[in-house]
Amino acid sequence: METVKIHDTTPNDLPWKIVYDASRCTLCGSCVAACSFRAIEAKVERRRTVFSTGDQPDPRTGFSAVPVIKQVNSLQNYCRGCGICEKVCPNDAIRPVRNPDTRHPIVTRCTAGDAIKRGGRKNLTGSLRTLDQLRVGRISQMTDPSLDAQRHSFDMLAPFGRILPAGELPLQLNEQGQLFSTGQAPPVNWIYPVIIGDMSIGALSWRMWEGIAMAVAYLNEECGLPVRMSSGEGGVPVRLLKSRFLKYLILQIASGHFGWNRIVKAMPHMQEDPAGVLIKIGQGAKPGDGGLLQAQKVADHIMAIRGVPKTDLLSPPNHQGLYSIEESVQKMFLSFNAAFKFRVPVAIKVAASATSVSVFNNLVRDPYNIVGGFFLDGIDGGTAAAHEVSLDHTGHPVVSKLRDCYLAAVQQGRQGQIPLWCGGGLGKTGDLAADAFKMICLGANGVFTGKLILQMAGCVGNDQGRCNACNTGLCPAGITTQNPALVHRLDPERVAENIVNYFLAMDQEFKKLMAPIGNSSLPVGRADALVAVHKPVADRLHIQYVC
Amino acid sequence: MCRIGAIKSKHYIHPCKALQLMQSQQKGHDNSGFAMVMQDLGGLFAGYKDLPTLSMACTDEGLKIAEDILHEAGFRRVLQWVPETYPSDDLDIIAMPNYVFETFSYPRSYNKASTREKEELLLDMRLKMRRALEPDEQGFVYSFWPDVATLKEIGDPRDIGTFFNLWQEDGKFTAKVITAQCRQNTNYDIVRYAAHPFFLQGYTALANGENTFYQKNKEIQARLHRGYIGFESDSQCFLYSLHYVHRQLGWPLPYFKHVITPLPFDDLQKRPDAQQLLAIRQSLANLEINGPNTIIGVLPDNTLFTCCDAKKLRPVVVGRTDDTVAISSEVCGLNEILPERDWSTDLYPHEREIVMITDQLEVVQWKQ
Repeated sequence: METVKIHDTTPNDLPWKIVYDASRCTLCGSCVAACSFRAIEAKVERRRTVFSTGDQPDPRTGFSAVPVIKQVNSLQNYCRGCGICEKVCPNDAIRPVRNPDTRHPIVTRCTAGDAIKRGGRKNLTGSLRTLDQLRVGRISQMTDPSLDAQRHSFDMLAPFGRILPAGELPLQLNEQGQLFSTGQAPPVNWIYPVIIGDMSIGALSWRMWEGIAMAVAYLNEECGLPVRMSSGEGGVPVRLLKSRFLKYLILQIASGHFGWNRIVKAMPHMQEDPAGVLIKIGQGAKPGDGGLLQAQKVADHIMAIRGVPKTDLLSPPNHQGLYSIEESVQKMFLSFNAAFKFRVPVAIKVAASATSVSVFNNLVRDPYNIVGGFFLDGIDGGTAAAHEVSLDHTGHPVVSKLRDCYLAAVQQGRQGQIPLWCGGGLGKTGDLAADAFKMICLGANGVFTGKLILQMAGCVGNDQGRCNACNTGLCPAGITTQNPALVHRLDPERVAENIVNYFLAMDQEFKKLMAPIGNSSLPVGRADALVAVHKPVADRLHIQYVC
Repeated sequence: MCRIGAIKSKHYIHPCKALQLMQSQQKGHDNSGFAMVMQDLGGLFAGYKDLPTLSMACTDEGLKIAEDILHEAGFRRVLQWVPETYPSDDLDIIAMPNYVFETFSYPRSYNKASTREKEELLLDMRLKMRRALEPDEQGFVYSFWPDVATLKEIGDPRDIGTFFNLWQEDGKFTAKVITAQCRQNTNYDIVRYAAHPFFLQGYTALANGENTFYQKNKEIQARLHRGYIGFESDSQCFLYSLHYVHRQLGWPLPYFKHVITPLPFDDLQKRPDAQQLLAIRQSLANLEINGPNTIIGVLPDNTLFTCCDAKKLRPVVVGRTDDTVAISSEVCGLNEILPERDWSTDLYPHEREIVMITDQLEVVQWKQ
């Protein structure tokens, strides 16, 4: 009998347990080969068997060495519950099961003396989502007929760029009573109200990034949906920078400025302007924290694009050169506007925060008209890598903050001048059209989404702690890894196909939401179209309470 | 159905024509009011075209409050006409004690003032009177403007006509442009201010339908101009957008159509003036309308026009003779007052059109 060693790690301590049925296992080895975390291994067990060999029953006992699949009892190679073993097993012999008694959050901290890092979204399951307590409740009937989602035409585009009040437009009347332009107005691009958001080519595998880029090109050129994707902070392949497809891309810059050396050098060779520039100040999933690309994901092509050695790439928590909003306008907005000769709109992305309205108000007063969008990212947003404590406990829900910003603009009569875009957990239930539509009614011009795009591509992670290993470089779906063997699991064309199909479905669903309220263009700020089934939510968002 | 109508003539016409135009379209139980704006006045007011006329319904106390405000500001009354009324228990009307049409001369200090300055003064005075009369509903100031008279009342339009003896044609109370509406809105409280036509600084608008971008329109308009108040009805938004585009921005009428029902992005890009139209669409996105609507409007120069929502979800027809043009929600209205017209020249404007009737009664059909 062994002595009890209480500090040994056992499956009981880990978040997932492997359930294995030796009687079904054919020992093909697929599961062990497929587990990117090395969380299972082939082992030999000593088994007692009772057998009889003669014509008559003559039971005897014996011991034999039997090959089996065992869970690895390790805090490094622990099972993430991704379920790839189950996916590849031809005989349903193995699967991970959630361990409600896990001691992992404690044991890991005790052992490593370091903060837990992971990818994914906030994993704390709280109360019902706010957006699920809202309904599109003002249905057109009788006096104002609803529209027909199939037969009527809809005009569903959203602005990206600074919009001048009508009185300040550089327009004059000629003698024929026609308006003509007398100067340059800030650039505004009208795009699809869902931007594929902010996932860098370092965070994503090259196949995943390629799949998204293909989907965006297809949506634009074959489906007529002007969808844009944001590069995330991490640069863009030079070949894409010099291609005509650059027009579908919003270039992001964050505090690490990763990739911008190549972008600047490519500028003279660009055939097209990019769709926009997005200055990332903060991210909803980890507000106050910068990007975190761990060395294991810094592959050769990442080093080339970013011009860096293979090392942890940490973006500082803030832009080191900025200490005020006004200064950000003067330095960053002005320089990026000037870089593209004031032809490309420049927007800002901040994490939703108790201070968002102050920031927004300040930007609305920008006297140079160079702030082309305010992207507000809520706590439910996803990320490839962050400290778990940030993911779960820092941040601000986006719904009420978006509404606050919109109403702050209304209060000043300046709604729409800086387009409001929001994200952070939208589409978490799989239904982005409904979430986006409700946010638009509350005042958003459009939304951005990232994590959901990964899920379209085949991400097996979820918000109950499944997988969430985007930071490790071991993504079992080949999405957030640069390991060639894992990346090749992903078929970029299927990624593109899935994204395209999701957008086509979502486009129909938008129409199905717009038609009943009788609108053929986006109902930005039409909070009267919404009702809330929860009184505090209704009061907070200034919409009608129903029961 | 909500029904609207307008008549513009080379000759002065009596409101009984407007009543006839509207009454023939009446269906079912939708008899909740009658309202009209008369512009380019004849009869008693013909000699006072440059002086502002106050149109109000009020109590005795309300009348005193309003007159005191005007006297204090230096206005002097030059004409008062109180229409004779014929109350009866049989009539379906919620009448106010007094209906007053009074014309005033401007304060002396405005002798050398520009037209624009006078117009701002008139608006300020109307707003001041409206605010002063609001407590206890002492009165309703519908318009205070040169050459304009407004009447709004709650009840059965036929009975309202009888109460004011408007069925009886006479030469005292006439105008060359009359816009009228016969049903109080159904979506909001029935209050006198909520009845179309709405009037502001020479602009009149009335609508048949539902503006589903009411909240968007209202939220921006409330901050655009001090005269954009009330919002008792979603149709007021049309007036304020018209006033803003045409008067405040100084853009011609075609741009009003571009603002309220902008061309789809795809169509817009094909136009030579795409840059301007896109700029207008994005800067005035909050003035866009949605939902089914027909709008009739009058400009300060008495140009009459009509246009529809972008899906053409409400009817309207324009009919004409040599000396009169009428706009009506339904053709039966035209048949009633212009039976002799050539109906084959009737116009049914589509969703991208504005039909304008100039002061010379020229009918201009313009496509967006």
